[in-house]
Amino acid sequence: MAKDTDTGADTGYMGGDKELKWVGTRPPRPDGVDKVTGRAKFGADFYVPGMLIGKVLRSPHPHALIKSIDTSKAEALTGVKAVLTRDDFGDRSSEFVPAGEMMVNYRDIVRNVMAREKALYEGHAVAAVAATSNAIAKQALKLIEVDYEPLPHVIDAVEAMKPDAPLLHEDMITDGVEPAPTKPSNVAKRVEFTIGDVEAGFAAADVVIERAFDTSPVHQAYIEPHACVASVSEDGQAELWTTTQGHYVARAHCARLLDMDISKIRVTASEIGGGFGGKTVVYLEPLALGLSRKACQPVKMVMSRDEVFRASGPTSGAHMKIKVGATKDGKITAGQAELIYQAGAFQGSPVQPGAMCAFAPYDLENVKVVGWDVVTNRPKVAAYRAPGAPISEYAVECVIDELAKRLGIDPIDLRLANAAKEGTRAAYGPKFGPIGLVESLEQAKAHPHYQAPLGPNQGRGVASGFWFNIGGETCASLIVNEDGTAALTLGTPDIGGSRASLCMMAAEELGIEYDRVRPIIADTASLGYTFLTGGSRATFSSGLAVIEAARDVVRQLCERAAKIWEIPTDAVEWADGTAKPAGANAGDFEPMSLAAIAAIAGKTGGPVVGHAQINAQGAAPSFGTHLVDVEVDRETGRVTVLRYTVLQDAGKAIHPAYVEGQFQGGAVQGIGWALNEEYIYGPDGKLENAGFLDYRIPVASDVPMIDTVIVEVPNPRHPYGVRGVGETPIIPPMAAIANAIENALGIRFTELPMSPPRVLKAIDEMAAAE
Amino acid sequence: MAKIHVSTTINGDAVEFLCEPEETLLDVLRDGLGLTGSKEGCSSGDCGACSVLLDGRLVCACLVMGAELGGCEVETIEAMAHGDVLHPLQSKFIEHAALQCGVCTPGILVAAKALLDKNPDPSETEVRYWLAGNLCRCTGYDKIVRAVLDAAADMRGS
Amino acid sequence: MNDMRYEAPDTIDGAVALLAGGRGEVRALAGGTDLLVQLRAEMIAPELVVDLKRIPELRSIAAEDGGFRVGAAVSGAELGEHPGVKALWPGVVEAVELIGSTQIQGRASLGGNLCNASPAADSVPAMIAARAVARVAGPAGTREVPVEEIAIGPGKTSLAKGEIVVSVLLPARPARSGDAYLRFIPRTEMDIAVVGAGVSLTLDESGVCSAARVALGAVAALAMLVPEAAAALVGTTLDEAALERLAAAASGACRPIDDKRGTKEYRIKVAGVLARRAALIAAERAGRS
Repeated sequence: MAKDTDTGADTGYMGGDKELKWVGTRPPRPDGVDKVTGRAKFGADFYVPGMLIGKVLRSPHPHALIKSIDTSKAEALTGVKAVLTRDDFGDRSSEFVPAGEMMVNYRDIVRNVMAREKALYEGHAVAAVAATSNAIAKQALKLIEVDYEPLPHVIDAVEAMKPDAPLLHEDMITDGVEPAPTKPSNVAKRVEFTIGDVEAGFAAADVVIERAFDTSPVHQAYIEPHACVASVSEDGQAELWTTTQGHYVARAHCARLLDMDISKIRVTASEIGGGFGGKTVVYLEPLALGLSRKACQPVKMVMSRDEVFRASGPTSGAHMKIKVGATKDGKITAGQAELIYQAGAFQGSPVQPGAMCAFAPYDLENVKVVGWDVVTNRPKVAAYRAPGAPISEYAVECVIDELAKRLGIDPIDLRLANAAKEGTRAAYGPKFGPIGLVESLEQAKAHPHYQAPLGPNQGRGVASGFWFNIGGETCASLIVNEDGTAALTLGTPDIGGSRASLCMMAAEELGIEYDRVRPIIADTASLGYTFLTGGSRATFSSGLAVIEAARDVVRQLCERAAKIWEIPTDAVEWADGTAKPAGANAGDFEPMSLAAIAAIAGKTGGPVVGHAQINAQGAAPSFGTHLVDVEVDRETGRVTVLRYTVLQDAGKAIHPAYVEGQFQGGAVQGIGWALNEEYIYGPDGKLENAGFLDYRIPVASDVPMIDTVIVEVPNPRHPYGVRGVGETPIIPPMAAIANAIENALGIRFTELPMSPPRVLKAIDEMAAAE
Repeated sequence: MAKIHVSTTINGDAVEFLCEPEETLLDVLRDGLGLTGSKEGCSSGDCGACSVLLDGRLVCACLVMGAELGGCEVETIEAMAHGDVLHPLQSKFIEHAALQCGVCTPGILVAAKALLDKNPDPSETEVRYWLAGNLCRCTGYDKIVRAVLDAAADMRGS
Repeated sequence: MNDMRYEAPDTIDGAVALLAGGRGEVRALAGGTDLLVQLRAEMIAPELVVDLKRIPELRSIAAEDGGFRVGAAVSGAELGEHPGVKALWPGVVEAVELIGSTQIQGRASLGGNLCNASPAADSVPAMIAARAVARVAGPAGTREVPVEEIAIGPGKTSLAKGEIVVSVLLPARPARSGDAYLRFIPRTEMDIAVVGAGVSLTLDESGVCSAARVALGAVAALAMLVPEAAAALVGTTLDEAALERLAAAASGACRPIDDKRGTKEYRIKVAGVLARRAALIAAERAGRS
């Protein structure tokens, strides 16, 4: 989470009365034609002459000592050019660095990229080969002899916390517990956020509800598998083309893991076919570079879908206990939560943000949240859209709904009565600035959806959600071409239309036509360090950088005009895309357009280029409220989503169509999480549904249109009022759907997914009990 | 390994290629012919990102052997625009912001075109079921369905 | 290294000779929607793949004795576009059309679905209910086999080496008959059946069920005919009591497993639900008022 410190940059909100030409409109995205014609190059679309194919040998065991690895037969196979094992990576000390909204530890990354002492999950990389063809690479993998000593495994986090559970890391001492435990365990960390006195709060309550919840790990399930091409020359200069949310972050990881200078690795981000947090970490990149360095030939690596599911990060599954107390008239007096998140094979579940978010939508005096980060023999979790928050907020929003029912208060009214607003101190520390939760609730209540009649076996649910959003290090350059067009150089990969919103802000600032700004996502050697596309930061942070770069351009353009007119620079102002004398006293000159100044820039000092290098501060949280209607088939347990409405604060929607798209996409991912998505393990510790056939993400016929309402409570720390919007939409759906099912059936489900067998079982049990 | 010689027609052009028996049409298009608009999302027919037309039928290129293509006609996303004129579906996808990351987009466009060629006036439900084999993880399908319906309306001249 | 051969004969005899003469593992290829997945996953490593799609008999649909003979390699999309078959056996056609996506429909075939021998194959319960008969050609000549005798276990068939299913005869049916197939899947599309139920029945002039066949899929190692479920319908007007008996008989016949797609208890319960719903659709198609 970004610390909210002030840089003093003058990029505050300009106010809503300024007439905007581009911001708030819906122009075509600059990369649209490339993407509808198949021209856009994604990770697997790079082909380099002389390219080898790299493949990974993966552990068939969920937990095993690796006693030895013999690669001699593979190396002897004709066509095999390089083989990589743990021996090719130096060990790394324990050191946490941020990656997206999560922290990573190099000691663990090096072990996750290539198993070291042990294989810690089925699918864990154990060796890699590069060969002249796919078939030879596959053959070579079969020739690698690994001597495993299988160990007992543990898949469930609660099981993993038991004293006699198989131990993944013999040296893991639980952090955050006083006094420190003397024995190692699978519990990596305890976190706690407390304000007030929850016991006093529960004592003051008329109603207290306590419930336990379980959620299954779910995968980001981006359609494009991980893919990259690495090319290392004999002198150690490396090129890497990869599909990533952050090519600077990938560069940093690779340099560290391979003992290379950062300057030696130039990373180009390909077009990215979805990430949702899952492409903020490295898997193939260090292997491809390592293989290429050995072979001195380019190496391409592409994961199969099976590998994506088995070996790249889903988000945590969790076990939670939630307790909420309230007075008869609906004032919540205390909220308490215990969260157990499974991290996968290495520590670093998103339990901390989960704990921080749990009660964030509410203005509470007494809150206590305790979280546990637990390792298990599963793939290491990676960030997934508002990491941690959908899990804890699901549980809390279900209890809030139950509380509303118990108290006989409308669920929106109960939320309004307790909603966080400007000045509310969140349980995790800071006071909120202007936020849009109340507005989203009020607009939900007034929405026709909320009053529409329901049929038999149908129910309606509501839930709210909160996410922080982040800023961070960002660069942008804006080049004025000699004909008055502009080139915008960006460092955040465009994962969902950010080129459009960033060009719109540039055009708005410069006062030129939108289609005269051509964006490019720069490689790591062409622009300064820019943190990744994640944390809902691309439009906010790169936007701030673009605005600052544009203002730098405007400053220079005014200087050039002043020079031409031979008047002081401060006597020139920029308005409507032209330089003009600041007033009657400044002189009588015809305004000069950007194009006119650019045409003679050579005579006034050379090219005009604006630049910004910032650490973006002032990212503001986004709150949203979702409404959903479902129908339940009482004979099969099928839940059908009939109607869905997302109402969320965007601060200011730069390109409303792509804001709506974030709302809709997040909601549908949440529908999948609520109803069908789960990681299914057999007793042997192996994943049974590592494919799109049985890992069931929603298909087009599963969902209705997703209505959207963009609430706009401007962020005071952005010139146009922008807040990040990408993550909050995945938070409310699980609770909203659970609440709707409860409304339809009178049955409270406390376990995700609410799949047909689970729903039918509960219906039959209720019928039997009656 | 004996490579198989295949003569076929791709996007209207006569094409000859050599392939291994285990190579799929998708492998041939991408690795052999440089037609990377068809994407590999699963190689098991579950995601639709490699949708192409084979003798006029919508298929997943990952589930067709390259060796089967002798005398066949294949049409890919690369043939959807004519000169500098986009197909109405392509234009509508851009207009409606019906793509975010864009990796499923070529497959969805090929599938949607196959639908409109067969049924110029589909209902929302028909669009959704026809496209059920094309996974999109970004958009929640809303804008995709709207773009297809709008393109269909345009193409009908209404 | 695996050296797989590909052959595409244009006659049945040519295909049979190739498959019978293969040295190692041989596989027949129709639509390929199962075969290519198995190849890619390295579940199989055949020495020879024989593509059957260039054999005319396997690609045609022809009227025969009041019914239709459907070539084993006819795709789902082709079958769905045939008005005659759809009018005569709507349940069989809807079962075939449920196999996979539009893209899969462009390739997947009736014969392939049958010979892949999955207990969850959608077309099989519908074909069993329809009394469909497979024509099998092999080195020893041609034989006619009821479809329920093709699969003998998950992934296993009764076909001898060199034998292929050439076509399936969907027979003529009496007046006032109808069939239907329903399956349950967690999503609306793209999943493998958790339970499938096919019902074919005939009503007499007074609306009493005079004959019925009920078959279930995905509830045992094989798709199976459930005579006791059919018996529950015969002699009734499909009144509530008869439908209750049908559902109970269907559930009672299930011998399912717990797996990633559903639990035993779920499959048992839903088999009865689907049999009942399919029977009502079939009766409606038979002209029940």
